[in-house]
Amino acid sequence: MPKAKVTFEDIGVSVTVPAGTRLIEVSEKVGAGITYGCREGECCTCLTKIVSGGENLAPPSILEDQVLKDNMAPRNHRLACQAQIIGGEIVVKPA
Amino acid sequence: MPAAALTDSAVEIAPGVHWVGALDPHLRSFDIILKTANGTSYNSYVVRGETGVAVIDTVKESFADTFFQRLESVARYDEITTIVLNHLEPDHSGALPELLKRAPQAKVYLSSRAQMMLKALLKPTGEAPPEYIPVTTDDTVDLGGRTLRFLHTPYLHWPDTQCTYLVEDGILFSGDVFGCHFCDARLFNDQVGDFRFSFEYYYAHIMRPFREYVLDAIALIEPNELAMIAPAHGPILRHQPRDYVHRYRELATPRLFNEARNEKTLVVFYISAYGNTRRMAEALAAGAEQIGGVRVSLYDLEGGESGVFTDLIEEADGLAFGSPTINADAVKPVWDVLSSLTTVNVKGKLGAAFGSYGWSGEAVRLIEDRLRGLKLRVPVEGLRIKLVPDAGELDACRELGDKLARHLTGRVEHREVDMASLA
Repeated sequence: MPKAKVTFEDIGVSVTVPAGTRLIEVSEKVGAGITYGCREGECCTCLTKIVSGGENLAPPSILEDQVLKDNMAPRNHRLACQAQIIGGEIVVKPA
Repeated sequence: MPAAALTDSAVEIAPGVHWVGALDPHLRSFDIILKTANGTSYNSYVVRGETGVAVIDTVKESFADTFFQRLESVARYDEITTIVLNHLEPDHSGALPELLKRAPQAKVYLSSRAQMMLKALLKPTGEAPPEYIPVTTDDTVDLGGRTLRFLHTPYLHWPDTQCTYLVEDGILFSGDVFGCHFCDARLFNDQVGDFRFSFEYYYAHIMRPFREYVLDAIALIEPNELAMIAPAHGPILRHQPRDYVHRYRELATPRLFNEARNEKTLVVFYISAYGNTRRMAEALAAGAEQIGGVRVSLYDLEGGESGVFTDLIEEADGLAFGSPTINADAVKPVWDVLSSLTTVNVKGKLGAAFGSYGWSGEAVRLIEDRLRGLKLRVPVEGLRIKLVPDAGELDACRELGDKLARHLTGRVEHREVDMASLA
């Protein structure tokens, strides 16, 4: 299975993950500072800054895109509960 | 002193500015979590200019009749040009759907975050949302000789909240900020009974979790002349209104700011049946203290109360909880503390768990799950030790303290792990 590497900048941990993993699945396991609310892409609590490698995440769904707009999220920010890792290297930190 | 709000007419609070709210003296609990010993009020206001009339907030739906009666005593519906929604919670927006029907020409002004809530609020009516205009700080509405200026003050106590300032009169329509659940028909702070407790209690339960936003809001509010603060609950503050702003600043300012200015703080809570979890706590604290820049406090949960511990937790950067396992669970004093934290903001704090156990040792994992649920980050796996910790196990406790301190001070070494190795 293709692998990817996600680095959580706030806790200094890089995790090798299978492609298809969502950020939420990894960040909770390593104890990163990204916090969660609804876990369903509605509340925007898990807004995460993509420091680099944003192209290695699957594009946001219509729902995620709308929630990001509604909450005036800056560029290069995603919802960790929605963002799916597709490969390569990604560096993130809590928004 | 005659009570101002004993009739169903509006009450003038300044020339051309009226209170059209409702009193709810028999309410005894609000939103489940707040006690309301003498009820509350839902304050709504009407501002008349030369070319327009504004209604600022409404009331709880069950008090709509009173609200409309008071409103009709000072304005015709076809005169209303402006409806300002400082906060969409149902106790302030309950009469809004009916008001929109009676004054369909009015434009609605609300914060950006309130837009989705407005749509959700009007959903049961089946009505199309009215014409609404999202506003932010320094946006204004001209009522003809009178100007409403908006202040973007989110999270006080919902994402949508804002304040509205009547420029020419120096009146701040503050929404829930500076409000309280206190019902007194005399309305004004220089005439009502002693509401100090209600004011502080309201802050402690409604605003305290958002104290950083409170300080941001005060920074926006303070530069303005304040002749009066007209909140959405409780007395209208016309006597020394700035005192209430100062009090909010005192309440919202972190209390360890001077004592631990350059240090991170770690509070280690424990409870211990035979001294084993206590020894773990002491070793963990010693390990954390070896790292410069971290101030550690150690507390036995058996010797205190949840309220006091909540104060400590609010100020701490990191929290470690030690509990033995009894009948496959952490013990009640730990849960008492961990279920008492809705009044403070713990999001993003560092959390950890540890404990001695005799048989199965579930407490540590259960506490970690709760800490994550409270939105703490738990980057270091907790420590479970069977019965009496030996020298090597106490070293492991010191190492846990060391790791927590390094996380707190940003001195953690970079790690590379495979997801398959994570629990």
